[in-house]
Amino acid sequence: MSVAALVLVALWVGAMPASAFGAQALPTMEDPIAATRAVRLSDQLRCLVCQNQTIAESNAELALDLRQKIREQIAAGKTDDEIIAYMVDRYGDFVLYRPPLKATTLLLWAGPGLLFFGGLAVLVRVLRSRRGLEPGAPLSPEDRERAARLLGAGPTKEAP
Amino acid sequence: MNKLLIPLGVFLVLLTFLFLGLGLNPREIPSPLIDKPAPHFKLAQLQDPTRTFATGDMKGQVWLLNVWASWCVSCREEHPLLVALGKTKLVPIIGLNYKDEASAGMKWLSTNGDPYNLSIVDRDGRVGIDFGVYGVPETFVIDKNGTIRYKQIGPLTAAALEQKIVPLVRDLQNS
Repeated sequence: MSVAALVLVALWVGAMPASAFGAQALPTMEDPIAATRAVRLSDQLRCLVCQNQTIAESNAELALDLRQKIREQIAAGKTDDEIIAYMVDRYGDFVLYRPPLKATTLLLWAGPGLLFFGGLAVLVRVLRSRRGLEPGAPLSPEDRERAARLLGAGPTKEAP
Repeated sequence: MNKLLIPLGVFLVLLTFLFLGLGLNPREIPSPLIDKPAPHFKLAQLQDPTRTFATGDMKGQVWLLNVWASWCVSCREEHPLLVALGKTKLVPIIGLNYKDEASAGMKWLSTNGDPYNLSIVDRDGRVGIDFGVYGVPETFVIDKNGTIRYKQIGPLTAAALEQKIVPLVRDLQNS
């Protein structure tokens, strides 16, 4: 296979939604609603071994065990919130892909907004300060002469 | 001049953050279990499966719970330290044999030395989940009331033992 074809395959695999793998990684359950819930829940939880994968995507032992735990809890009639709380009690907020909004995560949530508005403020300031430098401002006779000298021509007439 | 100083300042701040970031260990996640009661469990002992061990059995004592397995490579790394600590008789060490075959576990202990007062078998890793275990080895310091006071993620190091665990154990024993 040529390099280009390999790159194409890599791009194609990379473009597949993560949940496509997630759904595959979960063994099928009898009840389709419970199965959907299990996939949705495990898609929100981080695998602590691989860290950049959800426990739905990961095939680490711990992810398998946690998926099993989720299925057991669904079977036991636990609500989604109870299952999430169960995981957070043991592994902390880090297990959540959507961190909760609290004092310690305020910067995390507000950061992108702050950066955006900060950048906007800088942009406005730069644009304002440029307003003084009109491109059509007439050159002084000295500037004109200097430019002409540099361009190797004689003094030119004032533009109409 | 000012025009140069601002980007330079921003760059230096960024550099500082990136440099600090290099020193962080992303595998160390603060455990929510610190200062919480150790999860309750009752498991069969590795050497004698007819006998069990439960969290409450250590009430009134400071103890260490060390999560280990025969398949765990870093466990080998920390094991000599545990054996040395076990010899000092400073603190009881309970081993949690995590997701392991009992026979492989016992063989591992006979080749590498057994620093544990006893080991318990967590064949399917359920107790491990209750303790928030995600990277073996892990070591918990549990106080007289059964509260988790410290968690070492990954192999014990001489520095961690000398600077954190041993002083903490002494402190807890005297309180």
